[in-house]
Amino acid sequence: MDAFLFFLFAAIAVACGINLVVQTHPISSALSLIGVMGSLAVLYLLLGAEFLAAAQMIVYAGAIMVLFVFVIMLLGAEKLPAQETRPEMRWQRPLAIGLGAFLLLQVGLALALPGMRAAPEPIDASPLAIGMKLFTTYLFPFEVASVLLLAAMVGAVTLTRKD
Amino acid sequence: MLETNYFVVLAGLLFAIGAVTALTRRNAIMMFMAIELMLNAANLALVAFARQWQQLDGELFVFFVMTVAASEVAVGLALIVSIFKSRSSTDVDDLHSMKG
Repeated sequence: MDAFLFFLFAAIAVACGINLVVQTHPISSALSLIGVMGSLAVLYLLLGAEFLAAAQMIVYAGAIMVLFVFVIMLLGAEKLPAQETRPEMRWQRPLAIGLGAFLLLQVGLALALPGMRAAPEPIDASPLAIGMKLFTTYLFPFEVASVLLLAAMVGAVTLTRKD
Repeated sequence: MLETNYFVVLAGLLFAIGAVTALTRRNAIMMFMAIELMLNAANLALVAFARQWQQLDGELFVFFVMTVAASEVAVGLALIVSIFKSRSSTDVDDLHSMKG
């Protein structure tokens, strides 16, 4: 059952990822990315990370992707002309595809090596356990992250002011 | 039955798709979405290894990666909006005024 769910949602994630590359309209790509986020949330649940699955849906699919969709509609990105490659940069696309193929080769190598056995029982990844670790061992990164979010908020407001 | 290998291979595959997208698309928002895809692939690898080695630290790292990604998206999209309000194209190849 676990294996069936894994392969189903892995296939959905890869299909949405390829759809992201192939689509011309940015809104379609944004919706494909939401599909990837959702299937990744299911994969986190399969790995026993329940808090992270919920955080993934709330933060990534529910906030970040909505921000993307708003900005795409704000800029009117669908009115872009069709992408034609400039003559002096025509070598970039085959190079990118070659590098992607090399990366895929490395991924295939990971398949060929002896696999690591999955841990027999899931770790306790409830919000209680994460909170215990977050506020003791990782207290300093937590505070720094809150300062980072404040800086991002101030920056976003400053960059979009009228004057 | 579910080996950690499978999750790592899927993470590598998603990262490769994100990398190719970031390199071949010239729309700034498309490049941003490819970066988000790469970040998610790394998150998946982190959670898989957190389960493998029975340590919660990997999942906490994912928590912080999500935080950083959220703030990066906020500032980056604000930048894109303010740059491309003055021009009419979102083509990154048009941004060459700092070219030495």
